[in-house]
Amino acid sequence: MTDVDASHRQRRIHEVFAALFVSGSFVTGMTIVLFWALCTVLGRHLVPYDPLADDILNALAPPSAEHWFGTDQLGRDIFSRVIVGSRDILTVAPLATILATGVGTVLGLLTGYFRGVVDDVVSRFNEAMMAMPSVIVALLAIVALGTSETTVIIVIGLSFAPVIARTVRSTVLAERELDYIAAAKLRHENSMHIMFVEILPNILPPILVEFTVRLGYAIFAVATLSFIGFGLQPPSPDWGLSISTNYSMISGGYWWAVVFDALAIASLVIGINLVADGLQGALND
Amino acid sequence: MTKPTLSLDRLSVGYRSGEREHAVVRDVSLQIAPGEAYGLVGESGCGKSTVALTVVRYLPRNGKITGGSVNLDGADVMQLGPEALRSLRAKKVSMVYQDPGKALNPSLKVGRQLAEVFEVMGVPPAEREPRAVEMLKKVRIADPDSVMQRYPHQLSGGMQQRVAIAMALANDPTMLILDEPTTGLDVTVEAEVLDLVADLRNEIGASILFISHNLAVVAKMCDRVGVLYAGMLVEEGPARDIFGSPSHPYTVALLRCMPHAGQTKTHGLLESIPGFLPPPGAQLSGCPFVKRCPLADGRCRAEIPELQDCGGRLVRCHYPDRAANLPPSIEAGDVLPKPPSEAAQILRVSNLSKTYGQGNHAIRVVTDVSLSLQAGETLGLVGESGSGKTTLARMLLGLVPPDPGGSIELDGRPLAGSLERRREDEVKAVQIVFQNPDSALNRSHSVARIIGRALRRLGGFRGTDLAKRLDNLVEAVRLSPRHLTLRPRQLSGGLKQRVAIARSFAGDPRVVVCDEPTSALDVSVQAAILNLLTELQAARAVSYVFISHDLGVVRYLSDRIAVLYLGRVMEMGPSERVFGGPNHPYTEALLSAVPSIGGTQTNRIRLTGESPSAANPPPGCVFQSRCPRKIGGICEVSEPPVTEAEPGHFIRCHISAKDLMRIQLQNKGGASTRRSVQSAPSVATLS
Amino acid sequence: MSRFLGRRFAFSLTTLFLLSLLVFFVGQVLPGNVGRTILGPLADQEAVDALNRQFGLDRPIVEQYGTWIWHFLQGDMGQSYIYGVPVAPFIVQALGNSLKLALVAFMLVVPLGILGGVLAALNADRPIDRVISMGGLSATVMPEFVSGVVLIMIFGVWLRWLPISAAWPEGAGPLTQLYYVILPAIPLVLVLFGYIARMTRASMIEALDSDYTRTAVLKGLTWRRVIWRHVLRNALLPTITVIASQTGYLIGGLIVVETLFRYQGIGSLIFRAAKAKDFAMLEAGVLIIGITYAVATLLADILYSILNPRIQMETAND
Repeated sequence: MTDVDASHRQRRIHEVFAALFVSGSFVTGMTIVLFWALCTVLGRHLVPYDPLADDILNALAPPSAEHWFGTDQLGRDIFSRVIVGSRDILTVAPLATILATGVGTVLGLLTGYFRGVVDDVVSRFNEAMMAMPSVIVALLAIVALGTSETTVIIVIGLSFAPVIARTVRSTVLAERELDYIAAAKLRHENSMHIMFVEILPNILPPILVEFTVRLGYAIFAVATLSFIGFGLQPPSPDWGLSISTNYSMISGGYWWAVVFDALAIASLVIGINLVADGLQGALND
Repeated sequence: MTKPTLSLDRLSVGYRSGEREHAVVRDVSLQIAPGEAYGLVGESGCGKSTVALTVVRYLPRNGKITGGSVNLDGADVMQLGPEALRSLRAKKVSMVYQDPGKALNPSLKVGRQLAEVFEVMGVPPAEREPRAVEMLKKVRIADPDSVMQRYPHQLSGGMQQRVAIAMALANDPTMLILDEPTTGLDVTVEAEVLDLVADLRNEIGASILFISHNLAVVAKMCDRVGVLYAGMLVEEGPARDIFGSPSHPYTVALLRCMPHAGQTKTHGLLESIPGFLPPPGAQLSGCPFVKRCPLADGRCRAEIPELQDCGGRLVRCHYPDRAANLPPSIEAGDVLPKPPSEAAQILRVSNLSKTYGQGNHAIRVVTDVSLSLQAGETLGLVGESGSGKTTLARMLLGLVPPDPGGSIELDGRPLAGSLERRREDEVKAVQIVFQNPDSALNRSHSVARIIGRALRRLGGFRGTDLAKRLDNLVEAVRLSPRHLTLRPRQLSGGLKQRVAIARSFAGDPRVVVCDEPTSALDVSVQAAILNLLTELQAARAVSYVFISHDLGVVRYLSDRIAVLYLGRVMEMGPSERVFGGPNHPYTEALLSAVPSIGGTQTNRIRLTGESPSAANPPPGCVFQSRCPRKIGGICEVSEPPVTEAEPGHFIRCHISAKDLMRIQLQNKGGASTRRSVQSAPSVATLS
Repeated sequence: MSRFLGRRFAFSLTTLFLLSLLVFFVGQVLPGNVGRTILGPLADQEAVDALNRQFGLDRPIVEQYGTWIWHFLQGDMGQSYIYGVPVAPFIVQALGNSLKLALVAFMLVVPLGILGGVLAALNADRPIDRVISMGGLSATVMPEFVSGVVLIMIFGVWLRWLPISAAWPEGAGPLTQLYYVILPAIPLVLVLFGYIARMTRASMIEALDSDYTRTAVLKGLTWRRVIWRHVLRNALLPTITVIASQTGYLIGGLIVVETLFRYQGIGSLIFRAAKAKDFAMLEAGVLIIGITYAVATLLADILYSILNPRIQMETAND
């Protein structure tokens, strides 16, 4: 039992930050993510070539001083395309994750707090959604609605919402048993107040972690959809799309046509998950 | 003194947290002789469990011995290789822990876990099972063969702890460590387990290290006692001396904190220890108790006292001879008014029941409870786990709707069963202080917000009015304005409970339910909270429904007491009558189960058998399956009547009050001796 | 326990019913005019109507759903919009192939994942734990086509150890088939490995830190005994559920792997049906995946309840 100390609060915040920055995984992950975020914003101004400009005469040139990562079958500079390639996925995936987190949090709060019939129905529905790999749910919906970035955002967002709703619901179930909820009821607070003012601030840390983890999976899903032709559409320099158009050439020895895009996706998803891992560690201490 | 079984020499242990190392045990030296029972007492965070884990070298990963040595039966524990350490654990030392439900492997049958001890000892396979059964018999388990076949979760807490004790004794250890073995058990079960340990002491030769926050338990079980404070041994000596005439200011103050010898709030406030324990790892430049000691002077601040011998005991104080005259923390004569005896009835509960589930799975946790509460009065609700006391309280508050048929009246007007249908003024009239402030306070909100919101919603205050009220209320619960911006996590347990109390008083309630408000607190903090509740009651004429399993605390605060068993009121009456008798046999058993400091109890009433579950109560009287005074068939067939033993004192029993009185006096060995519980300080709970 | 299983079974059925509603809604209601979608904007309105009539799409939605699900339960999964032949034989054959691939992946990943998790937990915070945990984390989040192309590049193109197409020659024996599916199985193994290893590590650490492990150690049992008898027994129970919950993913992950390695499974079937907007095929394929998942989790829960003594007594409360 410790003494009261006005500086205690700062110390606690300081400790979370200290834990984050001591954690190698968080710092590494954040560096990678910030790098790609920077490319998303400034990429077009940083690259040596127009990522969309064909140069058929120079098609499939191996990496050289001129084209660091070589060129693809249309002679486009792969280095420029890789740098710019983060733009679409880093727009679509975060928006989808924000949508998923918003919908999932509200659903989780409502079902966890009220229980009863609504909870039973929504939870069964969520189970059904989660029984399906999200890529397949998304595929089904995109086929039905037609391909567009908005569709991808909505479909990925809605198919991820159940997972977040489940996480939120289980934390809400634990919170609602705590006595501060009973105390709020003994002040005749309405349910909105209890859910959003009393409970929500206490469950933000797990929601934050869940958001980061889902962002990784959203990138996974969008990249996969792009790869199978149902996500981002040409002529986007998107990594998944590039791999999809070029992978048949690796048996011909043109490895550079896919390997840099593959590394780029790998670094981004790993970076995001390192951030999630670091966050989880720091918030659990 | 012969060669000690266990000897700690200047032991220091620290825990690493981040970059810092927090000292938890500081320079502790002690010896335990063969066959001796040594008690280590202290409040939470004093390092007593760390001492136990160090002895068996099982510190958590971040724990580290920073100095000193441990010598167990001639072996230097710190220097042992892996195989020697394993052999020491297998043959010499055993341990029993606080939570038997967690200490037993949930997925192995009891028999297998017990037989394992014999396997380690190299007993041939065929003999292991019979010897395991023999051990279960030794710990007084009636049907050992069936217990062998069960999983731990199929046993009650008391049975689990017996199994754990059987396991610990199976290898016939020279050193037995009991780390809070009865904490968390009901008081009647605790009594059984303590009796068992006391009996077994005569059969086994082991030295015992008994660790507890409960002074009375240690007083009952141990020959010698060491008192730990902030990781330091501050006093050590024969149990009788320590509890009879303590010499360290901390020990003195601690013993004074407990409600004594039938002391009630009309006698005055309790003593308490102001201030806080130094946080773990604090750098000490002087005596650890210096900030809370009324005797402290410059020397105490500058110099850590050594443990010095004061005639058969060791005291870590510069001025051991002054402690006996420690000035009291409160002024004498501060007697509080008793409520007017003809006060109006505020709350009236008639035939209240609560059933969960339906059909075959129905569990009736509260059955047909009727009681009333007068203005300014405290009604104590006493009962063990499963007695329905918390459910009853939640029905009063409207948090749990009662079964149809019962009624709750506030000032003569019926009160709706569910909170949603109660009017604003009815809601604010009945409030609660919860047991666990960590659960009761929203950890994201500041103190100002928690109390302010209650003032706004329940008191209807706004703007400057609200700010003024907030200041008043904060002052009334002895918080300081600097606490207002803090979050609950930054407050100590006692301060958190003050915030919770402030919140419950925000709307000037008529009735406050106090649900074990001090059971999560150390004894020195408990006294201050009880004082606060007493003062608030005197100032605001509020009525309390005070729930507790701690009879001493209940007695201190309550004007009337109701004793619950399996959802039924077994006895209800004025506090002094319930403690004086005649009693319902269950109350009698409860009272005699409470260990007391200095109490040499004879003719203890022991309850046998398992407490039945509310899902399947025994027919007739619900207590008949365990009743030591059962008179025969009638108890098994018909529900006993409620009789009025004296005006206002009701007992639900087939035996008449007169006969109960006679039996109970006989049991005490004559009418002249009063029950020891009455004359001795009652149970002391530190954490 | 029978009560628990009864509830668990009803729960699976409800989930499947909702899933069928979802699939039906997305597959038949969302696209709007299926005939128009298939035949394109230039087609003659009469031809569109005729096609819709042929698939029964002109009838009320409830009736359409009823017919669809009733036929599905009888093994009639409908007519392919594109080929005009029953879907069922395609589905059955593709599912069989996919299960082979999934089985290979499972046989590899379950022991590896558990071993990895146990090793990491026993060496918590030491280098070997960092390698397994970080490696597992990275593998888990890697899309299969990324690891897939890298694997093809290394083992198929440079080293030439393994075939880059999983389509084995006609009449190949089981061993040859195995040889062909090893490379496609690895991306699935990678994704699952990290997941299983992390979950195993977490429950192992919980078990290692538990009071009952302390009891076992202080009894003087050897470390090996403590681990085998006390820690693993409790730590691996939750892993069963974790593994089962990944079957849905596993089959879903096939869509990429099967496309990448040209394997004739349910994933590539769904992919082709999606490309061709063959909704009947698509719906049947998705529903079959859902059923597979439901069966797998049900089996896992039954296994869990048999192994966990606590469930035998209590009724499950979810």
